[in-house]
Amino acid sequence: MAKISLIVNGNPVTANVDPRTLLVQFLRENLRLTGTHVGCDTSQCGACVVHLDGKAVKSCTTLAVMADGHEVKTIEGLAADGAPLHPMQEAFREHHGLQCGFCTPGMIMTAIDIVHRKGHEVDDHTIREELEGNLCRCTGYQNIVTSISAGAKAMAKSDLA
Amino acid sequence: MYEFKYHRPGTVRQAANLLVKNEDAKVIAGGHTLIPVMKQRLASPPLLVDLSHIEGLNTIEMKGRSLVIGATARHAEVATSAIVGEAIPALASLAGGIGDPAVRHKGTIGGSLANNDPTADYPAAVLALGATIVTNKRRLKAEEYFQGLFTTALEADEIITKVMFPLPKKAAYVKFRNQASRYALVGVFVARRPSDVRVAVTGAGSEGVFRVTAFEEALKKRFSAKALDGIEVPAEGLNSDIHGSAEYRAHLIGVLTRRAVDAANAKE
Repeated sequence: MAKISLIVNGNPVTANVDPRTLLVQFLRENLRLTGTHVGCDTSQCGACVVHLDGKAVKSCTTLAVMADGHEVKTIEGLAADGAPLHPMQEAFREHHGLQCGFCTPGMIMTAIDIVHRKGHEVDDHTIREELEGNLCRCTGYQNIVTSISAGAKAMAKSDLA
Repeated sequence: MYEFKYHRPGTVRQAANLLVKNEDAKVIAGGHTLIPVMKQRLASPPLLVDLSHIEGLNTIEMKGRSLVIGATARHAEVATSAIVGEAIPALASLAGGIGDPAVRHKGTIGGSLANNDPTADYPAAVLALGATIVTNKRRLKAEEYFQGLFTTALEADEIITKVMFPLPKKAAYVKFRNQASRYALVGVFVARRPSDVRVAVTGAGSEGVFRVTAFEEALKKRFSAKALDGIEVPAEGLNSDIHGSAEYRAHLIGVLTRRAVDAANAKE
């Protein structure tokens, strides 16, 4: 077992884990943060995307021990319980950016990462290119792109990063 | 995944010592090749040595006439580095086309080269640019470094520390992606160097990355896509699978080399 200490959604977390524990397993099974999903488990689909030190990564292809000493943000960390949604979450709701919802946590974490890197006025073509690593099998992406474009603009006016 | 132990040394020397003492140990940095392979139980190292916290191992800098990239520099860092963009824009663009954004946030140049996947992008750049792989023990020329499928000159306790790229006069990389995996079905890196031209191909060869000397000689005489008229790449020795036959890959090498030459010329 290995002792790890990290920050998850702003809270310090310390745990003993088997080194082969994936970050996504640790989040879901140890911390019960089940918003992060396991889709393909092969770094293709992006359902497991979380932010590691502010950057989108696939938590199914990251060991929990590799996150030791780092900061992780999951979909649960975007807005407090009962508080208004994060502008990107709100944009997905408003613009029907989801159907079954399975890919949505990963889509939203990737979307926010896109805004951090590409800015609030990111164009649709760039959004589509940047969604390379996130698969949705319901929507055909049209409304996801619309949601991200709207969410990017809304984030400019929000205190939530 | 099978059980393993995990160490995160602070220096290359400590990492190398761990490798010496543990014969079957594996080095990990971004983990974007090793973790999937371990999940499939195709690899089961008893110990992982994580290089990601070794300071200074991800530095990107110019040294004289060479661009020097540290082994743990991530694809996203190479893609967005102003230094790389200025020195060898083709290399920045290659790094920006690996996998997807989340993969690029984790994968490293050293990891890609140590693994030497026959469809990886970086080997084509290293071979075409005539880069030098620097390890904790020695310096290896690209030509001696790549030794076939997933095989390199690296010894079991040898760790890549940096890669030195001499600056080309012109260069471009064009890849035809496998739509599902984003790996190169065929990728061609063309470099016009001060003394010669090199054309390196990834994705197509059954023994990994290789050079097309017939193209190189023609392009040395005249660096234009037209110089390749009438020169065919033989399908012999190329990969054939559900994604494309050897003949198709041979054809793509010709098409992509012409595109790469045009792209390199357009950058003036």
